[in-house]
Amino acid sequence: MADKTYSAGVKEYRETYWTPEYSPKESDILACFKIIPQSGVPREEAAAAVAAESSTGTWTTVWTDLLTDMDHYKGRAYAIEDVPGSDESFYAFIAYPIDLFEEGSVVNVFTSLVGNVFGFKAVRALRLEDVRFPLAYVMTCNGPPHGIQVERDKMNKYGRPMLGCTIKPKLGLSAKNYGRATYECLRGGLDFTKDDENVNSQPFMRWRDRFLFVQEATEKAEAETGERKGHYLNVTAPTPEEMYKRAEFAKEIGAPIIMHDYLTGGFCANTGLAQWCRDNGMLLHIHRAMHAVLDRNPNHGIHFRVLTKALRLSGGDHLHSGTVVGKLEGDRDATLGWIDLMRDSYVKEDRSRGIMFDQDWGSMPGVMPVASGGIHVWHMPALVSIFGDDSVLQFGGGTLGHPWGNAAGAAANRVAVEVCVEARNEGRDLEKEGKEILTKGAKSSPELKMAMETWKEIKFEFDTVDKLDVAHK
Amino acid sequence: MSEMQDYQSSLSDVSSRKFETFSYLPAMNDDQVKQQVEYIVSKGWNPAIEHTEPENSFSHYWYMWKLPMFGETDVDRILAEADACHKTHPNNHVRLVGYDNFAQSQGASMVIYRGIPT
Repeated sequence: MADKTYSAGVKEYRETYWTPEYSPKESDILACFKIIPQSGVPREEAAAAVAAESSTGTWTTVWTDLLTDMDHYKGRAYAIEDVPGSDESFYAFIAYPIDLFEEGSVVNVFTSLVGNVFGFKAVRALRLEDVRFPLAYVMTCNGPPHGIQVERDKMNKYGRPMLGCTIKPKLGLSAKNYGRATYECLRGGLDFTKDDENVNSQPFMRWRDRFLFVQEATEKAEAETGERKGHYLNVTAPTPEEMYKRAEFAKEIGAPIIMHDYLTGGFCANTGLAQWCRDNGMLLHIHRAMHAVLDRNPNHGIHFRVLTKALRLSGGDHLHSGTVVGKLEGDRDATLGWIDLMRDSYVKEDRSRGIMFDQDWGSMPGVMPVASGGIHVWHMPALVSIFGDDSVLQFGGGTLGHPWGNAAGAAANRVAVEVCVEARNEGRDLEKEGKEILTKGAKSSPELKMAMETWKEIKFEFDTVDKLDVAHK
Repeated sequence: MSEMQDYQSSLSDVSSRKFETFSYLPAMNDDQVKQQVEYIVSKGWNPAIEHTEPENSFSHYWYMWKLPMFGETDVDRILAEADACHKTHPNNHVRLVGYDNFAQSQGASMVIYRGIPT
């Protein structure tokens, strides 16, 4: 107890924060950082420095350390490992006692874990690769407002992926013309249409006008097709007050779903909005603008699997996941890993997919992954095979770019997804037989036949920048 | 093919009404239906038959044909129940559901006899 005396000055971090003998508790929050230290800084010292600076420590000893039980509160670097395929970086595993964090606050956890430490001089580059949230912490978070099963029941969509489309051009349409584009997509057979992320409330189209025209479009398409439809009304706004005002109006006019950008809007706004959606029966679609700033550099930043976990805790019913096959970045195995982290109740450690820890979500609802960006009917067999039923496949240009217009583009996608699901259920291999399966669908659908002719040669075959860490690079 | 086609769908045309999964494909033949039943059985889901007048198909709740066939794995018996429902209600949509009691959801839901819309 009173066996420690105060001695001013600078100690090496590893004296206090490097504890290889520690075995993590079930209630600890665990983090895996990829670290490139400054030259001359030993691995143990760099790992300990990261543990210290992301928890209780500062650069010098302070007398007030002795007023508390630092051994109870401090973060601990408990293991280091080589990074496969890299000589300069290594993984540091750090355990944080659960008492360091406010309950139910993604904001608080990330303020610690990715706060000052990322600008810290002793490390040249730092990346948060994965975080294990103990079930005790998961249970303090609200999570997705509804989750996958409730969304299926509300929307009456079973046994297939859902289909969406982002309305384009992303900026510049009047509210009434925008509603027209929405109506055409929905009457053609899509389940959802979507505001683009940067459609908020600009001078050319104020939010209230957009909401009203789009809602009329949705209701008419429902009456015409006899199916349930929705348009993600983007309530991302300059202030929380304005965001809630828009959300309340969306509810008042009977919209089933709203949307939010969780990184630019922020974790605080997102967590509050997700709680509001639970209370008000609204589905919540989450966009991820700014994610690539944080997650694309393989040596510095935050891996998307961590941002995925942050969103599931903060709350959202849909989250963009990447497509694997489209125009945007995404390694296949890594993507399959974070899709599991969105949907499953328990995900095992799996280094082959970059998952560093077991993650138990308890009874927290799952998030529907959204595949969007540069995909069209020819990608459908691969998308159904990769994503399975619990997903939203979004074709923007792949719907609106159809030579006969949005309704025909929508019908082409709908026929394509249904013919793929039918074939999968019959036990056929979609990725091998994709062409025959789509060709069969096109026999009864001139819209699909036309779409297949239009997009025949378009592929996106650039190499992935953020690859999994593997030995043979 | 390159000539632009009009998209045929309207409020006044009752044949524009769809009924969710597989309703954008041609009606399945007996062999195709059988394969979908086999899929439901292979997933371990509980098959069920429901039906409705086509004009009321937007409702979440269709009429149950008896109770879901809990634990039934005989594909022909499942098909026989669907056929009996169709013969009793020839003008109605008849759908086949696969209840997934672990997900607490429907793993599959599809109309296998198309009703006559009015």
